[in-house]
Order: sequence, then structure tokens, then C-alpha cells
Amino acid sequence: MIRLAPAFFGLAALALWEGLVRALAVPAYLVPGPLAILAAFLDDPGGLLAALAATLTVTFAALIAATLLGVALALAVAATPLLRAAIQPWAVALQVTPIVAIAPLIIVWVGDPFAALVVCATIIAFFPVFSATTAGLAAVAPEYLDLFRLNGAKTWQTLRLLRLPSALPYFLAGLRISGGLALVGAVVAEFVAGSGGFATGLAYRLIEAGYRLQIPRMFACLVLLGAAGLAINASLGALERWFLARR
Amino acid sequence: MLSLEDVGRRFASGTEALRGVSLAIAAGDFIALLGPSGCGKSTLLRLLAGLDRPDHGRVSWRGAPPASGEIGFVFQDPTLLPWASAAENVYLPLRLRGVALTEARPRIAEALAKVGLAGFETARPAQLSGGMRMRVSIARALLTRPKLLLMDEPFAALDEFTRHKLQADLLAWWRDAGCTIVFVTHSIYEAAFLARRVILMSARPGRIAGEIAADLPAGPARRLDPAYAALVATLTRRLEESHRQGAPA
Repeated sequence: MIRLAPAFFGLAALALWEGLVRALAVPAYLVPGPLAILAAFLDDPGGLLAALAATLTVTFAALIAATLLGVALALAVAATPLLRAAIQPWAVALQVTPIVAIAPLIIVWVGDPFAALVVCATIIAFFPVFSATTAGLAAVAPEYLDLFRLNGAKTWQTLRLLRLPSALPYFLAGLRISGGLALVGAVVAEFVAGSGGFATGLAYRLIEAGYRLQIPRMFACLVLLGAAGLAINASLGALERWFLARR
Repeated sequence: MLSLEDVGRRFASGTEALRGVSLAIAAGDFIALLGPSGCGKSTLLRLLAGLDRPDHGRVSWRGAPPASGEIGFVFQDPTLLPWASAAENVYLPLRLRGVALTEARPRIAEALAKVGLAGFETARPAQLSGGMRMRVSIARALLTRPKLLLMDEPFAALDEFTRHKLQADLLAWWRDAGCTIVFVTHSIYEAAFLARRVILMSARPGRIAGEIAADLPAGPARRLDPAYAALVATLTRRLEESHRQGAPA
């Protein structure tokens, strides 16, 4: 019953929404009902799903890049206090700079539109993986480090057998946040790039529909983006549970 | 086996943990370092382990200094890797030395059997009780057959029954292994039950406030021996005296 509760609640909310839109005769260009949104999707399912696939391609490319970059920098920061002092402030600076402000520059600098979108989304997605992994690598209790030292452990052994496994739950929690942010980053980058960008992503379709006042189509794009975000979060959550159960 | 001469240690924070500590440790002895919390007992143990260096004086070994693995260390926390099984945790010191698992397996099984954990090879630390986790930790420390076993309040977090059982077992393991044990505790009863020599330490900066030889009969019955009660009384009185004087007794 508890498991089905979200579905029931969602269906009830949709029914209420549809009922109110019809009872109050709200025009579809202001607030379309769920059935109108479904109709807009069924009007061009191929086009919208292709656009979703394009956005998800950027999202996953960015998530992979952010994970590699985040983990590599976290390892560098954990290696020596000097690198930590050198890298950490810049990582934070990159995190707090609004991506909307840097995206136009990146799109100009990085010639290839796909690569430009991936770079923007990576900048947004990289920080949670980086900071969580850094925290995880540093969270090893000193007695464990003493134990490894007393047994003559080499640096790579301490990293492989102690620091990395200790950091795994932190990394996976960071990855889950980064997954959602990679999608946000892909959408923001597509918005900023507009027709000058990759021009096939769902965010671009959303803007396009807005210009044409195709409000139900806009909603259809939004629903697809929301569903994609939920799916990413759920898959990374499942990955997290799977890894932690098997490590 | 080794000796400390006029050893002092002051931390970067300015805290003086140890001052003028001189102590000789004979091979095969069981020494308890007894004193209040914060008296530098653990610092002294870290100096013996080579995990820290004195600012003053020296720690010198008679003969060759110990190679890696010749010093075992048991912490207050069992320090087991939570993602590894009991056997994998015991295997760790040999794994770090590059010994293959197939080669180490008989020794791991023997070490776990010795501490009474045969059949628990695949159990994760979370599936074991506090006392069993400490047994795994001790099995890991004994695996490399250390010459010197340093123990930092290993039983402090255990309940009374488990502690009594582990104390009796530790004496048996010590006799069996023939190693030297330096055991840090703030329990007078524990020091009196376990050690052959009890070194009393004064509050910070830690100094040696006295030494009492304990020569009680072997076996768990020593807890009921009148000599044990007398030793507890002596240790209590000496500790109180050193507290009152705030200086070496």
C-alpha cells in the first residue's frame, strides 16, 4: 500500500487538475490539462523522444566526465596538502560561479556544440562527486592509518585497501547528486546555447515550443525532463545500494 | 629488549605529554602502564611502536630494531575494515607484505581458532559482538608473531564479563606466543590481574610515578587470590599518593 501511495496520489492530482481545467474552462495556452499534454506528446512522440535522447547523451557524457574529473582531483587533493591548498579554492570558485554566466563564453570557446554542452554540464555536475570523494578519502580514522603504517603499507596499498573503500559510500552519495545536476547542466547549457547549440535537445524543443505558444508541448517536454531526472536518481540509487551491499 | 632514557614529548599545541620517562623492558615481560586519562600512556605506546618520535631522550633497542610486523598493536577500537570478513581482516598484515591468500589461509584459520572464532571466517565485523571484534583484532596482531605487542586500553569499551574472559584468554595467548606485552589501562583491577610489572604514571606531563612487581599465581583463579586483593590495594594507595603529591611518588 505504502509503495503504491505515490502512484495513487499522482493519479488523483492529475484527475483534479484535468477536472479543474475543464470546469473553469482555462484555455490550453495558459494551463493545459494532462490529457492535452498527453495529446501534444502523442502528436510528435518520435521528435520529442529523439530530443530527450540528445539531452540524455549530453547528460551521461557530462556525468562520466564529471565523475572522472571529480575523482581524479579528489585523489590529487588527498595526496598532498600542497595540492589540496592549490586546487580546493578553485574548485569552489567554479562551483559558485553561475553556469548561465560562463556558458556563453564556453560555447564561443569550444567550437563543437556537443562538446560545449558537455563542458557546461560537467562544470555543474563535477562538484558533488569531487567534494564527497574528497571528504570520504579524508574521513579515515587515524588508528586505521597507524595500523597500515605499522604493517609497512605502501601509499598505494593504503589507498586501495583503506582510503578508496572508506570513500565509496561518500562517492556514491555524491554521484547521485551529480546525476541530477548533470541533467540540470545539460538543460541550462541547451537554453543558453539556443539555436547556436546542439539544436536537437529537449530544452531547445521546450524553448521552441514556447516561442510558438505551444504550451501543451512545453509541458510535455517538462514531463519528459522530470521523468528523466527521476529515472537517473533511481538508477544511481540502485547502483549505490548494489555497490554497498557487495563491497 | 628495549629501553627508554629520559624520554620527553611535547606536541605542537604546546601540551607536554611526557617528561623524563626512563624505563627498561625485558623480553617476554607483561607490563601494564597504569594511570589516569591523559597522562601520556598512549603517547608512550606510540613512541614504542615507532609511530611517533620523542623530542627529548631516546628509545633504544637492544640488538636489531624490530622489522615491520615484529611490533603488533591493538587499539581501543578493534579497527576492523567493516567491508571485509573476519578472515580478510586477520589476513591484512600478511596481505600488506605481499603474502598470497592461499599461502596465508592456514595461518589465518589457526589465528582465528586460537582466539575462539573458528567458524566465523566469513562474518563481517557488523555481525560480531564487541568482544568478538576485539578477538579478531588480537588475532590480526598475533598473526605476524610479533616480538612486542602493544595494547592501548583494548578492553575498555567491553562489558565486565567479556572483559574478564578476554583478560584470562590474553594471559594464555601471551604465555603461548612468548612475546612481550605493554598494556595501557586506567583500570587498577585490570593492571593487577594481567601484568607482571605495573608502571604507575602521574597526570600530565606524564612521568613514571612508581613501579610495582606483581607475581601472582597463574590462571583465572588469581582474581580470587588474597594477593590479588592486596595488590589492588597497594596500587590504589600508590596512585592516590602520587595524585596528592602531583609529582613522582
